[in-house]
Amino acid sequence: MQEIWGGFVRAIDLIITLNAQVVEITTRSLYISLSSAFLAAVICVPLGGLIEFHSFRGKKILVNLIQTLYSLPTVTVGLIVFLLISRSGPLGSLGLLFSPWGMVFGQAILVSPIMIGLTVTALAAVSPQIKDTARSLGATEIQIIVTVINEARQAVMAAVLLGFGRALSEVGVAMMIGGNIRGYTRVLTTSIALETSMGNLELSMALGMILISISLVINLLLNRVQGR
Amino acid sequence: MRMAFLEITDLRKTARQGQSLVDILKGINLTVQRGEVLALIGPTGSGKTTLLRQIGLLDGPTGGRIIFDGVSMAGAGERALLQARRRMAMVFQKPVMFRGSVQGNVSFGLKVRGRNDGERVRSALHAVGLSGYEERDAATLSGGEMQRIALARALVLQPELLLLDEPTANLDPKSAKSIDGIIQSLASENITVIMATHNMQQCRKLADRVAVLLGGRLVKLGRPDEVFGDREVCDQMLCSSDGI
Ligand SMILES: Nc1ncnc2c1ncn2[C@@H]1O[C@H](COP(=O)(O)OP(=O)(O)OP(=O)(O)O)[C@@H](O)[C@H]1O
Ligand SMILES: [Mg+2]
Repeated sequence: MQEIWGGFVRAIDLIITLNAQVVEITTRSLYISLSSAFLAAVICVPLGGLIEFHSFRGKKILVNLIQTLYSLPTVTVGLIVFLLISRSGPLGSLGLLFSPWGMVFGQAILVSPIMIGLTVTALAAVSPQIKDTARSLGATEIQIIVTVINEARQAVMAAVLLGFGRALSEVGVAMMIGGNIRGYTRVLTTSIALETSMGNLELSMALGMILISISLVINLLLNRVQGR
Repeated sequence: MRMAFLEITDLRKTARQGQSLVDILKGINLTVQRGEVLALIGPTGSGKTTLLRQIGLLDGPTGGRIIFDGVSMAGAGERALLQARRRMAMVFQKPVMFRGSVQGNVSFGLKVRGRNDGERVRSALHAVGLSGYEERDAATLSGGEMQRIALARALVLQPELLLLDEPTANLDPKSAKSIDGIIQSLASENITVIMATHNMQQCRKLADRVAVLLGGRLVKLGRPDEVFGDREVCDQMLCSSDGI
């Protein structure tokens, strides 16, 4: 017990004194997960709009499928992306394996279902009258879509934030695609796993506290955009 | 003979209600001249809103066609529809506001056309008696204010054809009167107005012609005095507390 308490105090010390390793890992983690959330948002928000604004056969099934993928195990995504970008895979020539960009790619795929699904839900909640009103005032189809997304912007932002939170806290893709290479692809979650297994509890605890704090901030932001 | 501004031929609309299909419009024939004020009356559920939505090119018909200023809208492409829509404006029965300020709402139609003219927004707001409302959050407006902003949002576009779905239903008598005044002045500017209404006095005062809808059919069309003088129309549906 005393050992844990001592580790806890030293962990706080590591944070307060802005230990170089702690800062470096935190920065990389934020950088990679923000990039993946951004990449995913740029693709998934318009894609969600495309799904919501078109009626086609199997739309319900597709949306159900997407929602099922919300809780896709991160190691499964890790495996799939690994197969895609490993040297003999279809995207092997890009050299993404064991690189930060590979992690960004993998995390973007991981959070895509959440972002697409929640975007569809957000847009579906906008009154159909908004569409009619925009159309009757002379908006083009694209202007109508932009108008509806703007009406739902808080819920769409929440979808992106949730995706970011999932990317930041996942460990499967980061470990399998990034490879946990020190100073290159090592992020908060993979460091915690590694340092704990090596008995380096103070560093683990410091990183763990930072991860929790960031999640807390994300949650506060979520509440804020949702106007609660 | 001069070509009609709006020519509606055998217009039909079928819609799904649960498991069954119902005919909402059952073959409407109607011609409207430029500059005319036409009132659509009829009991609730008779198809007034459905017809206005057809004329506003918001829904496609199940059958028949609409010719707008000489161009058939049946099978017209998205481009042609947009072009035609941009010459009209519609105010809905229960208007909704876009998120943001009154200014943003009223200038919406100008912005989507790549224009933004603060002066025109101001004068449209003045016309509906809501000068100085530019910065108000549209979500905080009262029902009657929203209805008038919705009218300003349409007027600012200076449309050739204005479609109004019960424009004064939510208004107090004074505001209603000022809206009637606006409609009257539109008529003098040769703007065509088609409005659905339950208010017979408004019909008498404003309409050049009255079209009576009943169960998706146009059962009577004529000058207000003709229509309201018709015993049968009266007996069927109209004569009530409106005092005609
Ligand atoms: N999209 C739709 N799907 C199914 N039924 C519809 C649809 N729109 C309208 N209807 C039905 O068609 C009929 C005519 O509706 P409409 O809204 O045109 O009536 P209205 O004359 O405007 O009535 P009110 O005076 O109450 O506004 C109603 O019975 C309505 O329930
Ligand atoms: Mg109606």
